Amino acid sequence: MSLAAQSPMPGPHPGLWPVLRATLAKDLRLEWRSKDAINSMLFFALLVVVVFSFSFDPTAEESRRIAGGLIWVSFLFAAVVALNQTWARELRNQVLDAYRISPAPANSLFLAKAIGNFLFVGVLEAVMAPLFLVFYNLRPIGPAWQLLLVAALATWALVVNGTFFAAISIRTRSREVMLPLILFPISIPALYSMVAATAAILAGDASPAYWMKLLAVYDVVFTTACLLLFEMVLHAE
Amino acid sequence: MPFKTFPIIGSPDRPITRSYSVSNTEVNSQAPPVVLREVSRYFGRFAALRTVNAEFEAARLYAILGENGAGKSTLLRLIAGLTPPSRGTVTLFGSEHPASVRHRLAYMAHASLLYDELDAMENLRYFAELYGMHNPGACELSLRKVGLDPLLKRRVGQYSQGMRQRLSLARALLHQPELLLLDEPFSNVDSSSAREMVRLLANARDSGCTVLVVTHQPALLESAADELVQMAAGRIVQGAKAQVNTVSPTQPSTPEVVR
Repeated sequence: MSLAAQSPMPGPHPGLWPVLRATLAKDLRLEWRSKDAINSMLFFALLVVVVFSFSFDPTAEESRRIAGGLIWVSFLFAAVVALNQTWARELRNQVLDAYRISPAPANSLFLAKAIGNFLFVGVLEAVMAPLFLVFYNLRPIGPAWQLLLVAALATWALVVNGTFFAAISIRTRSREVMLPLILFPISIPALYSMVAATAAILAGDASPAYWMKLLAVYDVVFTTACLLLFEMVLHAE
Repeated sequence: MPFKTFPIIGSPDRPITRSYSVSNTEVNSQAPPVVLREVSRYFGRFAALRTVNAEFEAARLYAILGENGAGKSTLLRLIAGLTPPSRGTVTLFGSEHPASVRHRLAYMAHASLLYDELDAMENLRYFAELYGMHNPGACELSLRKVGLDPLLKRRVGQYSQGMRQRLSLARALLHQPELLLLDEPFSNVDSSSAREMVRLLANARDSGCTVLVVTHQPALLESAADELVQMAAGRIVQGAKAQVNTVSPTQPSTPEVVR
């Protein structure tokens, strides 16, 4: 039986979702086998928690004030490790070229990478959050469930821009340095919002609603911008 | 393991000649697969390709020859749409928009374009999805064509260089392309496997596929190639209806920096 008879001619435009699903499944499988991103992130974030807890000896009240900043700065730095890994594995054996010459939508790749990074950083947060609570003697005074919402919005803010700028910086010579240089300044509004929202929930002295709305707007604006621009980034030389 | 011969593309119920309507761009099915007009490519001040005019016809196998730095790989990357021309136009199947014809071409590079951490079937299944193919049977068949076992669970990172090359060819043939671009497919492949690869390429050509092979081993393609295309100093100096032949025998084969 001929190949032509067995498999129908592929359509010119494979769908966004099937390719997204396949790419995400492939990335999760690669990470499960290599554990490159998760191990590096966990190790880095753990170091930050331990070193800071021994460097300072804050009271419970001081902890509530500084913990928001400490948590999100450590997650931001740790996430950079995963973000660089995301595209580095596409450059090994020039696999990205195979995607570039295929008719698969560019945004499938971007969304799959962003969702993959969201899951990796989410795992990091799930593992590290209890350690933060223990090492810094934290007990939220405000509604604790809101921390989950803040974490989701903040993590997406970090990874959506991070995935996009990692794709831009991946072809530069000093990409390890380039990504933080581009990412951190543009993340300042999001970082400020996530720190303020977290501190408000931990201290229970103000409503985090304003900062959460700001994070949501940041997410929508930058996700839209990244989706509009990613095809150009993917096919740029 | 000897290769089995399978028809690659084309069948009475699925003729090669057809036209697609893609993104409101009507692709001319009768147009030559590749036409290059006044194409130049610079990397900084370095001219990798210089005013190339050429036309590659359908259902022919071209062997592209030339010394290192002659511009062969750049030519393939340019046709594949991976590198834009600095000047001139590249027309594929009558379209100047690479996106509209991506499903009709395949590219095999120096690098394997494969994930080392996945096995052969996992790799092919993923790449099949990129072409909208959901049939695992096609992946198995593609592997068998190049003499690899679909049941082999070894990760590609543990493959020999020759096995990688064959898997890379299987990836390229997977979606039954009409234009096949191969950059040194026989490097690190033993002679009997290389001969089988040539037979596969000849089959593809016979089924209507246009095959462009960059190689430093012209003897392998001697019997199968329809035309030898000679490149030197960033120009096509012979074959593919080249209209520019300005390289003198004394001119160095490596392109010079443009001044």
